[in-house]
Amino acid sequence: MNQHVTPKLSRRAFVIGSAAVGTGLAIGLDLPFGGPGVVRAADGSPEVNAWVVIRPDETVVIRIARSEMGQGTLTGLAQLVAEELECDWSKVTTEYPTPGQNVARKRAWGDYSTGGSRGIRTSQDYVRKGGATARMMLIQAAADEWKVPASECTAASSVITHTLSGKSTTYGKVAEAAAKVTPPADVKLKDPKDWKIAGRPIKRLDTADKVNGAMTYGIDIKLPGMLNAAIKDCPVTGGKLKSFDEAKIAGMKGVKKVVRVGDTAVAVVADTWWHARTALDALPIVWDEGDNAKVSSESIAKWLAEGLDSGPAYVGNKSGDVTAALAGSAKKIEAVYNYPYQNHATMEPMNATALYTADKCEVWCGTQNGEAALAAVLEGSGLPVDKCDVHKTILGGGFGRRGQTDYVRQAVEIAKQMPGTPVKLLWSREEDMTHGRYHPITQCKLTGGLDADNNLVALHMRISGQSILFSLRPEALVNGKDPATFAGLNESGEAAIGYSIPNVLIEHSMRNPHIIPGFWRGVNVNHNAIYLECFMDELAHAAGQDPLAFRRKLMASKPKHLAALNAVAEKIGWDKPAPQGVSRGLAHLMSYGSYVAAAAEISVTGGSKIKVHRIVAATDPGYAVNPAQIERQIAGSFVYGLSGLFYGGCTVKDGRIEQTNFDSYDSMRIAAMPKVESIVMPSGGFWGGVGEPTIAVAAPAVLNAFFAATGKRIRSVPLRDQNISFA
Amino acid sequence: MDWANKGTAMANLTINGKSFNVDVEPDTPLLWVIRENVGLTGTKYGCGIAQCGACTVHVDGVAVRSCGMTVGDAAGKQITTIEGLAAGGALHRVQLAWIANDVPQCGYCQSGMIMAVAALLKDKPKPTDQDIDEAITNICRCGTFQQVREAIHAAANA
Repeated sequence: MNQHVTPKLSRRAFVIGSAAVGTGLAIGLDLPFGGPGVVRAADGSPEVNAWVVIRPDETVVIRIARSEMGQGTLTGLAQLVAEELECDWSKVTTEYPTPGQNVARKRAWGDYSTGGSRGIRTSQDYVRKGGATARMMLIQAAADEWKVPASECTAASSVITHTLSGKSTTYGKVAEAAAKVTPPADVKLKDPKDWKIAGRPIKRLDTADKVNGAMTYGIDIKLPGMLNAAIKDCPVTGGKLKSFDEAKIAGMKGVKKVVRVGDTAVAVVADTWWHARTALDALPIVWDEGDNAKVSSESIAKWLAEGLDSGPAYVGNKSGDVTAALAGSAKKIEAVYNYPYQNHATMEPMNATALYTADKCEVWCGTQNGEAALAAVLEGSGLPVDKCDVHKTILGGGFGRRGQTDYVRQAVEIAKQMPGTPVKLLWSREEDMTHGRYHPITQCKLTGGLDADNNLVALHMRISGQSILFSLRPEALVNGKDPATFAGLNESGEAAIGYSIPNVLIEHSMRNPHIIPGFWRGVNVNHNAIYLECFMDELAHAAGQDPLAFRRKLMASKPKHLAALNAVAEKIGWDKPAPQGVSRGLAHLMSYGSYVAAAAEISVTGGSKIKVHRIVAATDPGYAVNPAQIERQIAGSFVYGLSGLFYGGCTVKDGRIEQTNFDSYDSMRIAAMPKVESIVMPSGGFWGGVGEPTIAVAAPAVLNAFFAATGKRIRSVPLRDQNISFA
Repeated sequence: MDWANKGTAMANLTINGKSFNVDVEPDTPLLWVIRENVGLTGTKYGCGIAQCGACTVHVDGVAVRSCGMTVGDAAGKQITTIEGLAAGGALHRVQLAWIANDVPQCGYCQSGMIMAVAALLKDKPKPTDQDIDEAITNICRCGTFQQVREAIHAAANA
């Protein structure tokens, strides 16, 4: 009854494979004016290199391959390019090269995937080189014109100066010549301590259009002759579309066509989306729901609970002999926790607009993974890569959901049935809530052993539940194991546990219900941080020790973890009493290469109404490209994380997700927003992520404060199900 | 059902000071008429059940969730959308405060947020935090609330 999802080939691997046989230059990029060797932007301005276009009016166009979904990566990447380019920041604008152009140009812009808090940290090296290379080419062009050595010229704020002769020129004047300069082989990047544009809390580049309604999201795309589609996919994943009675909606206003979409869905295409949706709601549909319709939250919970004690498990972290150490411990503490499915609930529901003709297929959409979206266009259209492209828009929220391309594929399959007519597919909120790629469901049994002196000598964590990679990226499994499951719990690496414990065993009994999992902001650390950090509080309590002091003893060899924890403890005033009626909780974790910690101050009324007064959150991401945007990511991560803790949780009945809209899957409002005090403490020498790491500590810090306030330990999410709510 | 006989009617709407005649079913939500028939897409669809506030517009000066109002009920009233908030080309003080405080993240909910805040400031020029908590109930999944609160106070003091 709980069926495994069939692994699929990696779409990204597919598109790269396709790229190898793809041909041709970037469509619309290499216009037939200008000298040989100069690649031109659509407006005819010369590309100094793939990252930098400079217009005659001195505008600096910086190409951004990663997606912008609110996290500020677009501005941060532009800062890094501009820093090395030495351009005038007030002249900077940005554009997205299309994934098709990237394929045609042998992936000149590298990876488009925007998830895992990787947007800046895994492209900083090559975008900075792109900026530095362009600067050297611009200087060389000026030096050539002046017939002086480039080494005697300097650049600052888009002006090139030859100090000896007093000559100066601008980037806009030499860009044409610079585009013909052979790029230097050796490029030296600045030491971050010399940064002037990067590292500063400057404002985002993309705000103006967000306050006047001008910003075009995928949902706002308008094309000549465009029609609109509403879709219903089988409510039970794994089920199929059996039939629909088109005659029943014949004559409904605006309806143009009713189409099957793959084996599982039906869409109505109409003049307006409201007409399409109204007709779809009136359309009688018969589903073949299949065996998954027998699955419920209860059956999943039972299956996962069985995995806590029996059956095979993958080992993620092991040292010493946990079994022997637990047997020999003076005190043994055991607890079982769980974490539910969560929907991303991006404010903008899934959508994509597709135009298919016999020799071309184009899609306009917000996506976190332009190349995967391109692969979906290839798969859906059956056309080769040089006849497909994706035009990216800003995303009305991503949080991991728009890294998947199911909605892109659907749009193409609909458009393919209406050649020559652009069709915008928009999911209703109800479709979006019930066809997500959900935060995976897990349970965890934790057993800790204390010696006679109340030192932690053994920790056994056994996670039972779903693997994201098994469903979405099976090629990333390692001998069947999903390494990402152990995020925050690994012995070393970018998501390493912050404690030295002599005997450790952390394992995963993989159980994959039919509900398709996904990467939900923070991903596996959302549950792992609750399991580890709430249980550490339980152990501290059992040991009769202060939660901070208990942790510190285990962190002597984890200085960066400890520094983040100490920073929040100091700022919240852990060594001083909390205000009257206020209780405190702590949590810390490392993930996505960054060390984070949080301290919460809450009060509890009547045992069930929580007011979160204050959060102190610290992050050490190595380098801070834009501290103001990092602070916003930290504050935002607490909204998302605490919304999931208090209101979240998607349940399954008759094989389908029960929550259908924000009335049953609520989200935090401003009244519940705590004051978030951020500590951005980059220590240098590594590049960590920003968008996700702090979400992990949101829930455990509040849950630990709840215990401090009430003496009651909460081991189950969401709080909604335990009649606990925001005050 | 005889769909062909389900009538449409010409509705006259005044949006951002301009008059629009739209031929739609009278029970069509105002949101979709604004977006699809009039073509102003700054007003966003978020939930369709008046929960999230992304579609907030002003109807006769009052903040209204336009997914929950029919075009029939909006006819003859003064409707203002985010595109019409800037009077005479000068940005509204809420928009200016939003820019100064770098409020939006993805920005999708911000049209509705700004419209709700503009209506609040009209009622209460110097709102307290409690006034804000009671009046501003829009959902923002990016979690911009800290900056929203700061910017509301900044706009009130501008």
